[in-house]
Amino acid sequence: MTSANETMTSDTILKVEHLSMRFGGLMAINDLSLEVKRGEITALIGPNGAGKTTVFNCITGFYKPTMGMITLRQKAGKEFLLERLTDFEITKHAKVARTFQNIRLFSGLTVLENLLVAQHNKLMKASGYTVMGLIGLGSYKREAEASIELARHWLERADLTDRADDPAGDLPYGAQRRLEIARAMCTGPELLCLDEPAAGLNPRESLALNTLLNGIRDETGTSILLIEHDMSVVMEISDHVVVLEYGQKISDGNPDHVKNDPKVIAAYLGVEDDEVEEVIAEELDGGTL
Amino acid sequence: MSNANSPATDAAPGLMAKALREGLFAGLLAFGMFLLYVGVETYQNIDNALVWRMRWGLLAVFVAIAAVGRFLVVGFIRPNIDRRKLSKAKAGLLEVSEDKGFFHRHFLKIAMIALVLYPPVIVTLYGVQGSLKFVDNFGIQILIYVMLAWGLNVVVGLAGLLDLGYVAFYAVGAYSYALLSDHFGLSFWVLLPMAGILAAFWGIILGFPVLRLRGDYLAIVTLAFGEIIRLVLMNWSEVTGGTAGISGVAKASIFGIYSFDVGASNNFAKSFGLPMSSAYYKIFLFYVILALCLITAYVTIRLRRMPIGRAWEALREDEIACRSLGIDTVKTKLTAFAIGAMFGGFAGSFFAARQGFVSPESFVFLESAVILAIVVLGGMGSLTGIAIAAVVMIGGTEALREMEFLKHIFGPDFTPELYRMLLFGLAMVVVMLFKPRGFVGSREPTAFLKERKSVSGSFTKEGHG
Repeated sequence: MTSANETMTSDTILKVEHLSMRFGGLMAINDLSLEVKRGEITALIGPNGAGKTTVFNCITGFYKPTMGMITLRQKAGKEFLLERLTDFEITKHAKVARTFQNIRLFSGLTVLENLLVAQHNKLMKASGYTVMGLIGLGSYKREAEASIELARHWLERADLTDRADDPAGDLPYGAQRRLEIARAMCTGPELLCLDEPAAGLNPRESLALNTLLNGIRDETGTSILLIEHDMSVVMEISDHVVVLEYGQKISDGNPDHVKNDPKVIAAYLGVEDDEVEEVIAEELDGGTL
Repeated sequence: MSNANSPATDAAPGLMAKALREGLFAGLLAFGMFLLYVGVETYQNIDNALVWRMRWGLLAVFVAIAAVGRFLVVGFIRPNIDRRKLSKAKAGLLEVSEDKGFFHRHFLKIAMIALVLYPPVIVTLYGVQGSLKFVDNFGIQILIYVMLAWGLNVVVGLAGLLDLGYVAFYAVGAYSYALLSDHFGLSFWVLLPMAGILAAFWGIILGFPVLRLRGDYLAIVTLAFGEIIRLVLMNWSEVTGGTAGISGVAKASIFGIYSFDVGASNNFAKSFGLPMSSAYYKIFLFYVILALCLITAYVTIRLRRMPIGRAWEALREDEIACRSLGIDTVKTKLTAFAIGAMFGGFAGSFFAARQGFVSPESFVFLESAVILAIVVLGGMGSLTGIAIAAVVMIGGTEALREMEFLKHIFGPDFTPELYRMLLFGLAMVVVMLFKPRGFVGSREPTAFLKERKSVSGSFTKEGHG
């Protein structure tokens, strides 16, 4: 159990304020506000259909939120309003990378090529937008070698070096999950958004995932926002947990706090309606909130 | 019957009986199917009345082919194939690890040498005038399609964007050359790059609105764009000459040093004291298009190893993942479109210089379909496969014209080239059945850490537009 909540925080990297997302008559997210601290692992949990992936898609620009403001503050102090950027600009300029719930690899490219595609923008610039690289001028060659080195680094971290020259579609499921994370890291992100990284992993693989994620946080200083159902992963690695239900935040705090929050327990296990009200009333009386 | 010739000593005892049974069944089936289609012939008699008669002989041939063919396949060919596979497996030879032969390893070098030596060899074999047909119909014609297919390969094979209107860029290139040389008297070597640039420009103009669409919608809109270009060329008579087209398009020259115009003082044949013949021009054009093809191949190979080329292939595999990695997919698609269109433009201006005549007739949808068919048959993304497919498809249809002997079989009014689309379709069905990923289905990775392993076609995707 990590409870380094207070000691590790420096400042906020991502601030979501009054975010709402409406699909026709359905209010998928309703006035959600949350913060992600720099250099921390923040988990977004909640029952199925709570709107977790929708929050992700709003942050990474795949959806345009109906209302609200999403501010990203980089280490250098530069600020971006993510709701105004399109999806690829968010990765390119604001340095937010993401993975997908249903793995999206380039299955016909090799593992190494997958990691090279992730360094596209950097390499494009080095190759003088292809023109210089085509005639063999400029720093493209050096930069291309550097990009392979970076890929090699992440291959080692994700324990995929042996499979580097195999097609990504040929990897077993757990390795594909790790490759997707490695690929996202190759974009050099400040914030890494992982959509259910432990889904479908066996206990040994999810242990390896924990180590990988902890390593990413500790060594690169990348902040991580993750959606997860696997509580062993969530409670083990996250510094901060946000719980959603029906598009609203019902709890927010460190893992221990959230685990014992009666509202969270009610949301997950389900209780009689009057019982929930009772609990809430008790809490309000007790003034724990 | 069954003991007539049974060399298959190790064959199962029931095999011959099974083959016989299946052969008979196939014969019966063929009889039922072809009885009305082939067996009955209708014609008009002298009173203009419709009468019919039976063609028992022809029907018998059809039935016999089906029955004997089935008998041979079941009784001999299939067991033989199985046996060979089994012995290979016993010997521990996996099909993938099979050692490639000399020809296989040096295929590219051999093909290059053969192509360069092709015109001189043909000239020594058939004489200057006799070489015309072989160099023009089999050489230049095929190489034009190789170049077009390689250009389209960038769009369809690498970027995975289904473009059914590729011939539009070919037309833009051809008309650019024809019009600009006609009005401004510019030479082929100035207009060749210009035609490519103009075609690329059109590719971008088309791409802007169109590339927001995906899959089937993209295909339909590109198809429409191809038709629009053709209809404009047909109806804008003041400029394009309408359906009559533009004739007397200037010939290419050897960089202005030697001309191929009959009246010119620096005519190539005159300068060297050779007998006048149009064959020299064709041989020259052969080398020009060969060089253009090589440039196309070189640029494509180089681009594949550049970030832009990898982004094209990544786009084919998964567009959303591309966007999540910060790749501007619209720009990436536009570059693919523009590069593909540029090669189409080069080929177009070459086509105009070779033909000396352009008209909308040459840029119908069928051309787009043929080029796309070559790309798909060759294996999307594979330059070698596409070149082979072009030789088979275009060379095959050209070869049909040469098959005079068929007239002796089917009667004097039989024109084999009329059946070329039928055979084209048949060949596509057969190839797609046996090689669903085209002749070369695997792709070569653009970078590797330890060893270069080709990626099996079962992992690559075709793209969704």
